[in-house]
Amino acid sequence: MLNKNTNEQVVITGMGIVCPVGHDVESLWQALLAGKSGAAKTTIFDASTFPTTFGAEVKDYHLAEHTANPQLHEYSNRGSGFVIGATAQACQQAAIDIETDQPADGIDRTRLGIYLGAGEGSVDNDVFFDAITEAWDAESHEMDWGKWAKVALGRMHPMRELEQEPNMPAAHIAMLTGARGPTRSCLTACAASTQAVGEATMLIRKGDADVIIAGGAHSMIHPLGVTGFNRLTALSTRNDSPETASRPFTASRDGFVLGEGAAILILESLTSAKKRGAEILAEVIGYGSSSDAFRVTDMHEDGRGAAQAINAALADAGISYKDVDYINTHGTSTAENDSIETKAIKAVFKAEAKNIPVSSVKSVLGHLIGAAGAAELITCVLAMRDSVVPPTMNLHDPDPQLDLDYVPNEPRKMPVNIAMNESFGFGGQNNVVIIKKWQ
Amino acid sequence: MDSARVVITGLGAVTPLGLTVNETWAGLCAGKVGIETITAFDPVGFDCKLAGQVPDYKIRDYLPKNLRKAVKLMSRDIELSIVAAGEALADAGLVTKGIDPENVSVDPERMAINLGAGLISCDLVELAPAVAASLTDGKFDIHRWGKEGIEQITPLWLLKYLPNMLACHVGIIHDIQGPSNTITCAEAAAHLAIAEAAQIIARRASDIALAGGAEAKVNPIVMIRQCLLKRVTSQNNDDPASACRPFDADAKGSVFGEAAGVVILENLENAEKRGAKIYAEVVGIGQSNNINPAYEHLEPDGHGLQIAIEKAIADAQIKPEDLDLVIPHGTGISCDDMAEAAAIAAALGEAAADIAVWPTKSMLSNTGAACGAVDIVAAVCAMKEGKIPAAVNCSRKADGCSLNIASESRDTRIRYALSCSYTYGGQTAAVVLKNSKC
Repeated sequence: MLNKNTNEQVVITGMGIVCPVGHDVESLWQALLAGKSGAAKTTIFDASTFPTTFGAEVKDYHLAEHTANPQLHEYSNRGSGFVIGATAQACQQAAIDIETDQPADGIDRTRLGIYLGAGEGSVDNDVFFDAITEAWDAESHEMDWGKWAKVALGRMHPMRELEQEPNMPAAHIAMLTGARGPTRSCLTACAASTQAVGEATMLIRKGDADVIIAGGAHSMIHPLGVTGFNRLTALSTRNDSPETASRPFTASRDGFVLGEGAAILILESLTSAKKRGAEILAEVIGYGSSSDAFRVTDMHEDGRGAAQAINAALADAGISYKDVDYINTHGTSTAENDSIETKAIKAVFKAEAKNIPVSSVKSVLGHLIGAAGAAELITCVLAMRDSVVPPTMNLHDPDPQLDLDYVPNEPRKMPVNIAMNESFGFGGQNNVVIIKKWQ
Repeated sequence: MDSARVVITGLGAVTPLGLTVNETWAGLCAGKVGIETITAFDPVGFDCKLAGQVPDYKIRDYLPKNLRKAVKLMSRDIELSIVAAGEALADAGLVTKGIDPENVSVDPERMAINLGAGLISCDLVELAPAVAASLTDGKFDIHRWGKEGIEQITPLWLLKYLPNMLACHVGIIHDIQGPSNTITCAEAAAHLAIAEAAQIIARRASDIALAGGAEAKVNPIVMIRQCLLKRVTSQNNDDPASACRPFDADAKGSVFGEAAGVVILENLENAEKRGAKIYAEVVGIGQSNNINPAYEHLEPDGHGLQIAIEKAIADAQIKPEDLDLVIPHGTGISCDDMAEAAAIAAALGEAAADIAVWPTKSMLSNTGAACGAVDIVAAVCAMKEGKIPAAVNCSRKADGCSLNIASESRDTRIRYALSCSYTYGGQTAAVVLKNSKC
């Protein structure tokens, strides 16, 4: 029934990632600790004349290395392709059988769900632009839809068009794993996959699922995506130095570095994990969500919504702000985010704010948009595992207005018992997830 | 803490049958078909030249004065959601900042918003001059686009097309500061958004939620995708009223359209305390997945939908025979309708023969991320009025469809109603409502 609530504890039993600095969790972690940036000149399309000519691309990714049935996923967009690799890794770690009609992993498929924060795929660029070119009459300022339809019907591929839908990464996970449990896909801009992990946690707590494959997938490194962000002046234009362009909390920050990828966490009820003997990596203890209700273009100037989401997550976890050991920030390297996020942290953590290490792994990874939050949650789990906090790289000229402990340039050895992950999206979407070390 | 019971206290809908719930319900009762030849653009060359188009409206009329300049940031999907949201809040008797800033009756931090939204497709006419400025020898040249074309794109262009902007604009207008989510599961999105919002209220993270979905599918690129996927009918272009035929032997495909549906979900205690009228209670939710290598269609036995329906009925703690109405997804795509019929028949068992099944897309068209919310609104209206209107365009049931399609309008008490949906890509959803008057 709707009001059923089991108060199940929710734990993480698997993780997988495909991102600009590697195609597995350990590669991600080594790059973060070494501060090895994933940004470089854009190669997916010719961006050489764009205001921004670089990005953080997933490189040398081959679907066939991650699935026995690549033909089933033949038309997948970049995000869907990445999510297959990330899911396969996460399932392997969590001992969930994939690509079989007879799974023997002890998980009832009707209680295995999916919750992604996933983005749309790119349009099919050549035919998209050619069709407009063919059909547009510049004199009359009108489109000849008959001409347009002829090009589109002749050259667009039905499945490539379908694959632009944002629910497709979830479709590929379902095919890969046979998941028949609760399945949702959300798209709250840059906050989407943190929201997905949070809401998935709620579904397990409520008793609707035993296991949920949660996370995100997105690629906006395509002509219209870069056009959109460049017009918003959201992207760094430091074209002469891609690797140092993402520099959160510095005085010279000039925008984010667009990345892409997929990140998956296996969330599981403690009961199920124990029953299956799954290795427990961490516990998800709190989730908070809010909206700024301010402007579609800007965050609320006081960080009102961000602070509200942090407070909601702390309350959900039943802990005090004093219990938080580490904050993985949204830290995009835009003027607005880094300043308002700092304000929000101060509003909640008060005098403690300056004592808590807060870092941005976007300095290395770039901004994975819909997939960012889940990727960053993975880094929180790794920070707990190895008792080391990843640094904010490229932090050589701190913004004098921003005075928290951003863990500049070097990883820091320290125990992490409770970590908080913050994600904020265009339009005023705020989502926060808190995890705790499992012991 | 005990979980809260979740009730529906307000309705809003803008559909091809009208700009209000009343107009839509009156149209559905009259068997009116909101499908016509596309006027939004010239559909010459399109296999299907039909769509469900919303009647004319002026979005400025629906916005507080201080926010009217935001219209330039609004795609049509956003506009539709604003119209339906305003109606639903007013119907619930809630006063938000956007309705009357002097007399706000809600706590903004205790309100949530959860909308289903589609893949919002850009306006090709808006892009075309930038493309035209980027040609070399008559061919699109990405180098020129990056320098010259891009300069012609309005700076905030991207913000019109982010799916979460429906919820963001509505949230800004009405000052909704609690949890906000946007579910992007295509034709199952609105049901899933309503399901999630109900769960947010049940766990007491909010007292009130604005939930539903909106999508404007009357756009050349959206339509051409449906043509390419062969999901449209191409044989009824000269007879729009008979074009979309869910579960009918002559079904040839779906017809797409635009709409928004919004319900106000509320903690029962909150609704009772403020003396709100209570239409229905959300008592059951089911979700699952189709798994089909041909993922543009439902799997042939509809198993993923069957699971969702069975879960929703179990969640509601009722038996199938307690249902008096099923509003199916029913798109008019034969293979999908047959799979859905199999799923419903399997989930309801023997009771299926007696439960009225009333598809709405023959009249409303397939409005994507809006359709589940509009069907929930229709189910509540049917409960409220004690009436199941007649199905339209299902004069001869398809062979193998054993469902009890509502062939004639009848007045009847509806205790429980089930509405379900599914989408390409697999997600399935079912919601069970309980009549609060029974």
